[in-house]
Amino acid sequence: MLVESIMTKNIQTLPPDATIAEALQLLQQYHIRHIPITNEKNHVIGIVSDRDIRDASPSVFSKSAVQSELQHELQSIMSQPVITIHPLDFVEEIASIFYEKEFACLPVVSNNELIGIVTEKDMLHTLIQLTGTNVQSSHIELKVPHRPGILPEVTAIFGKHKTNITSVLVYPYHDDPNYKILVFRIQTMNPVPVIEDLRKAGYELLWPNHMAGPTR
Amino acid sequence: MTCNASFVFSDSYLNYHFHSDHPFNQLRVVLAKELLEAVNTLQPSDMIEPRQATDAELELFHDKAYIQAVKQASTGKLPEEKGLEFGLGTEDTPVFTNMHEASSMLVGGSLNAVDAVLEGKSTHSLNLGGGLHHGLKRKASGFCVYNDGAIAIKYLRKKYDVKVLYVDTDAHHGDGVQWAFYEDPNVCTLSIHETGRYLFPGTGNVNERGIKAGHGYSFNLPVDAFTEDESFLQVYESAFEEICAFFKPDIIVTQNGADAHAYDPLTHLCTTMTAYERIPMLAHKMAHEYCNGNWVALGGGGYDMWRAVPRAWAQVWNVMKTGQPQTGKIPDMWLRKWQPQAPVTLPQYWHDEPSIVPEIPRRAEITEKNAKFLLSALKYTKQK
Ligand SMILES: [Zn+2]
Repeated sequence: MLVESIMTKNIQTLPPDATIAEALQLLQQYHIRHIPITNEKNHVIGIVSDRDIRDASPSVFSKSAVQSELQHELQSIMSQPVITIHPLDFVEEIASIFYEKEFACLPVVSNNELIGIVTEKDMLHTLIQLTGTNVQSSHIELKVPHRPGILPEVTAIFGKHKTNITSVLVYPYHDDPNYKILVFRIQTMNPVPVIEDLRKAGYELLWPNHMAGPTR
Repeated sequence: MTCNASFVFSDSYLNYHFHSDHPFNQLRVVLAKELLEAVNTLQPSDMIEPRQATDAELELFHDKAYIQAVKQASTGKLPEEKGLEFGLGTEDTPVFTNMHEASSMLVGGSLNAVDAVLEGKSTHSLNLGGGLHHGLKRKASGFCVYNDGAIAIKYLRKKYDVKVLYVDTDAHHGDGVQWAFYEDPNVCTLSIHETGRYLFPGTGNVNERGIKAGHGYSFNLPVDAFTEDESFLQVYESAFEEICAFFKPDIIVTQNGADAHAYDPLTHLCTTMTAYERIPMLAHKMAHEYCNGNWVALGGGGYDMWRAVPRAWAQVWNVMKTGQPQTGKIPDMWLRKWQPQAPVTLPQYWHDEPSIVPEIPRRAEITEKNAKFLLSALKYTKQK
């Protein structure tokens, strides 16, 4: 999935010489938490978050607000340089930027111009869709040998039952490189026939399992 | 307390039948009915017949195109590709001959139950053939063709203009009914179910609270796999009581799926008959406290059809009729008739031995987590 399909295109920006007061007003008016700072050519030269503004003007929120602090220009507090992403980047790749850099928002830039932003929340929403938990389904988790051809072998069993797969995830199995975990969400209320066939084929099910199951 | 109650039933309920290997089997309704006859709590004078719901009634919730597709499927004329678009012909909901007639009979049963109560012929009414809560506007799903619960509530709103509280204790989330009234502040839905993290349909998270005018009128309690009686009942009873006080319904509609029982092969909850005695007891109490007794109860899921379902469903009726669940031994007459056909040993008592539930290693954590969900689900009711 590409960044362009999840980014927000309607963006509020401010120039570097705008004041903290203006930024504060914009954050409140649009219920947003980040403002990209752009020059006259729509190049991103900084970014300001609600946090930066709070840190820069502690008195704003106290009774003795010093009005002069609110009149400081944003270029005095904005973060720079800004890490930007491209509309054709993979969503999976940019997730690691969020994780490693602890940013909550990334501007999307094409031909040096700002065209969108992606927030942490957009990112999480995409991950929810990737895991398939937003559509009717049951969950099955398998431990399988880590070797080529294993995925089609397993999915053939779902195919035999005409069971629609809504998502597939592949995880490492703890630290053991000889195995991996396959997680499927399948569109059925009665996974029992599929589970029986998976067991017959020799696969180990991590879910459902009978470790804590009732005596039937 | 002895109440005036009616029991909707017809042998034609058995026509809602996918195939012999399918886990959904309406023989469950017959087993429950005969168990009640054996203990003498169900008399011929209690019975009312279902009827076939009309197209206009089905259209209170379902799309015309979908109803047409079900009719075509009924006579084997629905092309496979077109069927899959409507959720018909899957392994879960295969097509069968006369599926339209059989499905609309279950709906008509729920409508007759509604009329019996609202026209004052009986205070409570039970339609064990219904409770098909996964049916969607234009899609069959999870063994459900027409969603009789959603249709019955639409019918209640239109014909009688009453405020409806729908309480769903099936182990699966009551998604179809929830989505039908997600924007409606006059219909409040409460579903307690095994968490959708692993179990179909996957929805029913605590943060599904309704939208627009309906925000704050959908309640979900997704309890953990392996939840037992005590924790299940704690969240069910607290939520039900508090939501009644908050919403003040005119009528309560309950869906009584019996698949949260430890024996059920499709779910991972570990309740026993203790839960199935107290579930109708509280519904009964709330109906009298808030709704003049108005209570319509429906069936639902339940896939251990020999051991768990007949007793669980019979207790709903016992409570409706006598105010109390039955205790003691299951009548020999019933055991003698059905044991030869059952692939498992039928239970000898109404109550379960606690030993049917194995030791659950993480009981304390599960209980704690469920209690947290309860607090979260009721976050907004306390302020209003
Ligand atoms: Zn169910």
